[in-house]
Amino acid sequence: MELRIESITARRGGRTILAGLTASVPGGRALIVTGPNGAGKSTLLRMIAGFLPPVSGRVVLHGDEGPLGGSALQPRLAYAGHLDAVKPALGVAQNLMLWAGLSGTGSAEVDRALAAVSLETMASRPAGECSAGQRRRLGLARLLVSKRPVWMMDEPTASLDRASAEAVSALVETHCEGGGIAVIATHLDMGLRDPLSLEIAPFDPDRPAAPGGDGMSPRPGAEDPFLAGHDDAGAFR
Amino acid sequence: MPGPSDDGAPGFETPAKPGVRLQMIAALVAIIRRDLALALRLGGGGAVGLAFFVLAVVLIPFGVGREPETLARIAAGIVWVSALLAALLSLDRLFQADAEDGTLEQLMLADAPLEAVVMAKTAAHWLTTGLPITLVAPLLAVMLNMPGASIPAMMAAMLVGTPALSLTGAVGAALTAGIRRGGLLVSILVLPLYVPTLIFGARTVENATLGLPWAPPLLLTAGISLGAAALAPVAAAYALRITLR
Repeated sequence: MELRIESITARRGGRTILAGLTASVPGGRALIVTGPNGAGKSTLLRMIAGFLPPVSGRVVLHGDEGPLGGSALQPRLAYAGHLDAVKPALGVAQNLMLWAGLSGTGSAEVDRALAAVSLETMASRPAGECSAGQRRRLGLARLLVSKRPVWMMDEPTASLDRASAEAVSALVETHCEGGGIAVIATHLDMGLRDPLSLEIAPFDPDRPAAPGGDGMSPRPGAEDPFLAGHDDAGAFR
Repeated sequence: MPGPSDDGAPGFETPAKPGVRLQMIAALVAIIRRDLALALRLGGGGAVGLAFFVLAVVLIPFGVGREPETLARIAAGIVWVSALLAALLSLDRLFQADAEDGTLEQLMLADAPLEAVVMAKTAAHWLTTGLPITLVAPLLAVMLNMPGASIPAMMAAMLVGTPALSLTGAVGAALTAGIRRGGLLVSILVLPLYVPTLIFGARTVENATLGLPWAPPLLLTAGISLGAAALAPVAAAYALRITLR
């Protein structure tokens, strides 16, 4: 399994945010996306999720079922954005049950996911009583019940205390050990063991195009073989 | 904190082809159940539409006078106009609440196409507005001195006509999902589109009162609902995709 972001260009409100970004994450690895505010970290995640169609380029998941892109890719993704999709009127476990129902996951799984984010004591309380950090953890528990191979997390550790943040890192590690992929936008060090990294610089229209025609290539955070461009662009679609 | 699973590596679901459809139906049922559960909570708006419908119908005789003949003549119109307004009342939150708290993004990634998700949410809206209104309408019709023979026609027309109110309304709700306080805008967008249902729905009752055949307007009312069922989910899903960009 491999998630490939192939020379993607994003524009929002007429402003170019990402230009010709290429990256690749193999199964079992996490990609940490860093960069200053407004550089386009969230935009990149939203584009992988298919919320924002790219102006050019595409995102493809190569796996057992062949290359999946667009709406075929969406059912393989779990997304945890800035909003936690928590209904305050419903109970904590009830919130999670509803998402589990969407993925056909049973209630045993829900209990396990609640325990994994240390919310088991809150299970029967209304979600409206949750603190910001607890609500965030409930949102992250949704990734566990979704059973999707690709996790996308936008600042997952924001508003979490240190112990909870470490627990989230542990969940990501476990997910990757099981062969999953995680794409995480964050500027906090999550302490993952061996993540790939991608640093996005704010798009500068005056910057000369990189050799090879890409308007902007990611500056590899480390000497990273996975950030090399792929030549087989155009094989699908 | 313990890890997410202690029985080995987590298995990812890669359903085979026949399982995909079952999974999709399960997902849609989960969405309907979720929306019903939310509607029945305090502030969910489940009973508000029904209460509004009853109050609106009851208020009108205070304004137009209590002559039984007058009321009988305008009963069909009162019931239908009140039904339109009651359906509108909870429409603005149909997608807006989900857009605000991030649920919409999650629904985009569900195991079902967004069009089907829209259909499921619209069905839940009808179950909490159109259906209860239809069931209560005969009581109010009797109060308005509607001839007994017209009441079955009225119920039939409301049963097949109110789905169009939820479906057409879903398009307006989707268009305004990203706008704060878009409720009034929904009314302005959607009420003109309710006119055909209003005309043929009220006509069905009137024909029954006058002893004319009421099947033709009833079938036209049903036709509007079927047309809306075909077009509205596509239009609403398109509007929602734009909202999320």
